[in-house]
Amino acid sequence: MTPAEIHSQLAAQFGAAVIEAKLDALDPSIEIAADSILEVARYLKSDPNLRLDALNDLSAVDYCEPDAAKQKKFGHEPHLEVVYHLYSYTHKHWIVIKVKLPRWKNDQTGEIPDLASVSSVWAIADWHEREAYDMMGIRFTNHPNLRRILTSEDWVGYPLRKDYEFPAEYHGIRNH
Amino acid sequence: MSTQLEDPRIVEFDVRTDEMLVNMGPQHPSTHGVLRLLLRTDGEVVHEVTPHIGYLHRCAEKIGENLSTPQWIPYTDRMDYLAAMNMNLGLALTVEKLVGMEVPDKAMCLRVIICELGRIASHLVGMGAYGLDLGSFSPFLYAFREREIILDLFEEVCGARLTYSYITIGGSTHDLPTQITIPPGLAQLVGKSPRTTLSWIDACTMFLDWLEKRIPEYHSLLTQNAIFIKRTAGLGVLSREMAIDYGCTGPVLRGSGVDHDLRRDGDKIYTRMYKGYDFEIPVAPFKGAPPEVVGGDNWCRFYVRMMEVSQAIRLVRQALAKYPTSTGAYRVPFKMQTKLPRAEVYLETEAPRGQMGFYLVGNDSAEPLRARAKSSCFCNLSVTGPLSAGCLIADIPAIVGSLDIVMGEIDR
Repeated sequence: MTPAEIHSQLAAQFGAAVIEAKLDALDPSIEIAADSILEVARYLKSDPNLRLDALNDLSAVDYCEPDAAKQKKFGHEPHLEVVYHLYSYTHKHWIVIKVKLPRWKNDQTGEIPDLASVSSVWAIADWHEREAYDMMGIRFTNHPNLRRILTSEDWVGYPLRKDYEFPAEYHGIRNH
Repeated sequence: MSTQLEDPRIVEFDVRTDEMLVNMGPQHPSTHGVLRLLLRTDGEVVHEVTPHIGYLHRCAEKIGENLSTPQWIPYTDRMDYLAAMNMNLGLALTVEKLVGMEVPDKAMCLRVIICELGRIASHLVGMGAYGLDLGSFSPFLYAFREREIILDLFEEVCGARLTYSYITIGGSTHDLPTQITIPPGLAQLVGKSPRTTLSWIDACTMFLDWLEKRIPEYHSLLTQNAIFIKRTAGLGVLSREMAIDYGCTGPVLRGSGVDHDLRRDGDKIYTRMYKGYDFEIPVAPFKGAPPEVVGGDNWCRFYVRMMEVSQAIRLVRQALAKYPTSTGAYRVPFKMQTKLPRAEVYLETEAPRGQMGFYLVGNDSAEPLRARAKSSCFCNLSVTGPLSAGCLIADIPAIVGSLDIVMGEIDR
């Protein structure tokens, strides 16, 4: 199926949950409302015409420019984007699904946003979501084991956020 | 003395072992680097395996967001340091797709030669180290002897032996050298004088001729070896569905019977490199495999790698024949501070260990807004837990070894 066909099938099935599609981009993507991602994920994997059985990558992008002088040129509203790169071994087609999230829940700095986990749909999402939680600070709800994966368990902050500040000290190791 | 001891059987059957937590690694020779496996065991039987990773985390993605893309290439070398050429290629192709650049024929031909040699070198280490995991020392020495010559050839091409940064955006940093002194290892193996000078292409052909004859030797040392079969066949069976569900790629996926190779099925910027080449993609189940072998077990994963070495030799030969008549330059210039457009690209290439993906989001500046490296070993390793449940402690190195992981790539 072409990305446009995938988009129209999703739009027919989920209506308003399918927010926007960039079908002429280098990697055609479809944006889904954050609260219906789990439903959509289940459908994408199980529908016989789509059968997107492989989650090639799950990552997050932090759209934020901490430097006030560069903000005008930056051109994006501050937000987080979770990106799902899907592939079908059956039909040999692929698509990018995106979900937009606020950088902080209820605009409270330090309160990380929630998103439903898709680890029940694709097993590999378990580790990818742990990495996204660790690096970007997204709380995946109903995740079986949401712990930090690359940094140590007592690490503070989310290193891939654009406004992350490197800690001055970690267990007596100074950062000079 | 109690009466219980009079009948020894009672004592024997009364013994209960409590479950025990055993740490394997991060400093354990069979875990291929700094991988820590936490085993919940009942005696020798493993009930649960939890891999703990991150000991080699070097913030590669954060660094990538603060550098321009050509500057990030040396960091990709240090991800999968056993196949650094293939890592360079992954990033180079991603940037080329993002900025809409096409490399000439000659550069593509050169990339096929170099990347397939890299695949041979990487699979040789995979094979040798796997033999070592299972207690067989000699294949390791043979594998490193052969790999040494590939490293010598790479050294002649770019000056480095491990972290090459050779394949770069727009082609590669240098053309193949014309006259070289024969690599000392090769001179010894083929019985030539160490002062012989010859062209790089001839040296490479000489090496391939020599290597091709050695492959049956490896098969008799490992593949058909009764002890090796006992330790690998029927163990760590990964079903087709599970391999897909856990995002396994590369030899692990093909060992489970999924016929998928990005050199044939990938993005067209990558497949055009391999257009016109004749090669096969080995996929389990194999005809003539020992009867104990089950599709998707350790043996199949290992055998896919061995077969890929033969196919890579075929590819290098074809590319070497094509190279002298290929057109165009070996490199199209790409400025260090070239601004990336406001677009994004995710591209996977077939690295020796699986599909290595790079995800770049450009934002009108030389530094990408997001530079992500999706590691193939990361996904392949995630299946260790379910694969190892119920096996013996001694089988853990056999299972982890068959996945052929490199921690530098997992932790980035």
